[in-house]
Amino acid sequence: MLNVSGLKDGIVLDHIQAGMSTKIFNYLGLEKLDCQVAMIRNARSSKMGRKDIIKIEGGLDMVDLDVLGYLDHNITINIIKDEKIVEKRCLKLPKRLTNVLKCKNPRCITTDDKGLPHIFFLANEETQTYRCLYCEETASK
Amino acid sequence: MNNLRHLISPLDLSLKEIDKILSLAATIKENPKSYSKKCEGLKLATLFYEPSTRTRLSFETAMLNLGGSIIGFSDAANSSVSKGETVSDTMRIINCFADICAIRHNKEGAALVAASKATIPVINAGDGGHQHPTQTLTDLNTIRSLKGRLSGLKIGFCGDLKFGRTVHSLIHALVRYPDNEFVLISPDELRVPAYIRDDVLIHSGVKFTEVQRLEDSLSDLDILYMTRVQKERFFNEEEYIRLKDRYILDKEKMKLAGPEMLILHPLPRVNEIATEVDDDPRAVYFKQVEYGVYARMALILFLLGKEDTSC
Repeated sequence: MLNVSGLKDGIVLDHIQAGMSTKIFNYLGLEKLDCQVAMIRNARSSKMGRKDIIKIEGGLDMVDLDVLGYLDHNITINIIKDEKIVEKRCLKLPKRLTNVLKCKNPRCITTDDKGLPHIFFLANEETQTYRCLYCEETASK
Repeated sequence: MNNLRHLISPLDLSLKEIDKILSLAATIKENPKSYSKKCEGLKLATLFYEPSTRTRLSFETAMLNLGGSIIGFSDAANSSVSKGETVSDTMRIINCFADICAIRHNKEGAALVAASKATIPVINAGDGGHQHPTQTLTDLNTIRSLKGRLSGLKIGFCGDLKFGRTVHSLIHALVRYPDNEFVLISPDELRVPAYIRDDVLIHSGVKFTEVQRLEDSLSDLDILYMTRVQKERFFNEEEYIRLKDRYILDKEKMKLAGPEMLILHPLPRVNEIATEVDDDPRAVYFKQVEYGVYARMALILFLLGKEDTSC
């Protein structure tokens, strides 16, 4: 078993689908943090077979939960204090995403007005479909 | 202004409000003179970034019929857009000049952006291939006036259902009335977009079919809504040329239709309806234009909160 040093205070993003941690790392902009971040890939999991894990030193404000919920709402967030899990949080699909995705419709107003925020709303929870607020184009992950 | 309202999508109006607007349109049609001073001293700004004849003139006629005045532009080249001004900034300026505004733009979502910066009511007069809610009010007014109802209808939409914003808006509106059924007639390349098929038609549980041949559907339609294949929506001219004459409604095909079927078209018409059909009593697309003016007069009064004031 690979040994990654324990986290005193911070958060652990657990149950990440195997192979997805790099994408999540990039979406969350974790490369910009100057605290310790550990990314574990293909960890053994009784529930998932294999999973990825990301450990981040620091508080919950280090990650955008909406982005995370959009990417994979099955991820569990463990909040660690004094090396112990003090809280487990489940994610929900966010109702709205701002400046997470870019609208790819060349006819959308966001292509003209570069200062507009790119906003997507949850159009269908069952199919996890997001659409651009302006032109209703379907988002592609 | 208190209770500021906009019309960006047909869904911005409840069925009760649509009914109120259409009833008012019918009343105005009966007695237009008594509404001729309702908007005295008020200004409508028409911000047309994209060419338009019917819609702009219909809005301007509606406001003039109500005793109001018009300001605006009919071409983006003649406005500050050519200097790089955004829709948001233009709207902030128009807030200071006008009491209500109608905006047409080639980009989808432009009217929503304008509304987000507006302190006056904003009407979407067409945003790219997205929505055209006042054409919807026009269409609903025409159907309601000539058929006497907006429910229990079998409506065929034919032509460019992908970029046809009038089609998207009208489907949005008609699925809310009971027992309507839709026949979507288009080539594969111009089928309705996913947000209409999945989120509107399938989601509402309404009965609909997608077919490619016009002739097979004509016999039991109550309404045939023809549309033009819009050259301006294509990035590839070859694709446009290949698809533009796919459907042409002529006298021969009209023999397959029932005696009560109405033909609607948002206009302009190019080749999709042969001129020989124009004299057929079932062809009501020029009457639609007149119903459009009354619908827009009623809408302006509604958005300005003047629909209930005495004449």
